[in-house]
Amino acid sequence: MLLGRVIGTVVPAILVDELSATPLLWVQPLDKKGKPDGDPLVCADGTRMAGPGQVIYWVSSREAALALDPWFVPVDDAIVGLVDEVHHYSKKELD
Amino acid sequence: MILGRITGNVVSTIHHPIVDGRKLLLAERLDQHGKPTGAYLIALDGIGAGRGETVLILDEGSGARQILNDASAPVRSIVVGIVDEVDLGSN
Repeated sequence: MLLGRVIGTVVPAILVDELSATPLLWVQPLDKKGKPDGDPLVCADGTRMAGPGQVIYWVSSREAALALDPWFVPVDDAIVGLVDEVHHYSKKELD
Repeated sequence: MILGRITGNVVSTIHHPIVDGRKLLLAERLDQHGKPTGAYLIALDGIGAGRGETVLILDEGSGARQILNDASAPVRSIVVGIVDEVDLGSN
């Protein structure tokens, strides 16, 4: 699982039937410090509660298909949870 | 499986039910000298790992689902071991 930030919503005009009930969000992947890292991608929202600005964590491939309810929808990236806080241990805490 | 070090954790209130009651750990990947490579991943805790520990992370979905005993868990990375020592061959 990796971090990402929702940067927009995607509203398709025409969509395969299997995806018709799936919210689609545009997500910018983040590095561990919360900086953008890599190209944006479209994620299905398994939580159905994410929106623009929200930091989330997401999965790819088969795991993405499992993240939705009903499960096994044909998607390649999906949001599994919303992030309240990422806590990084200080150097002192790690030693 | 990969070696990582737990350098943080992720707090999440709204999530898939499989995450309920489980810790989400932020792990940095380590190279052969034990230094961070810069890559990271968020892994579920399957063993009670914590702050600063070097861990063994299973980064594969069907193995993770087997450990969680749930064929529909949308999880790929799970901490499966705590590492005491890694011995690097002399050559």
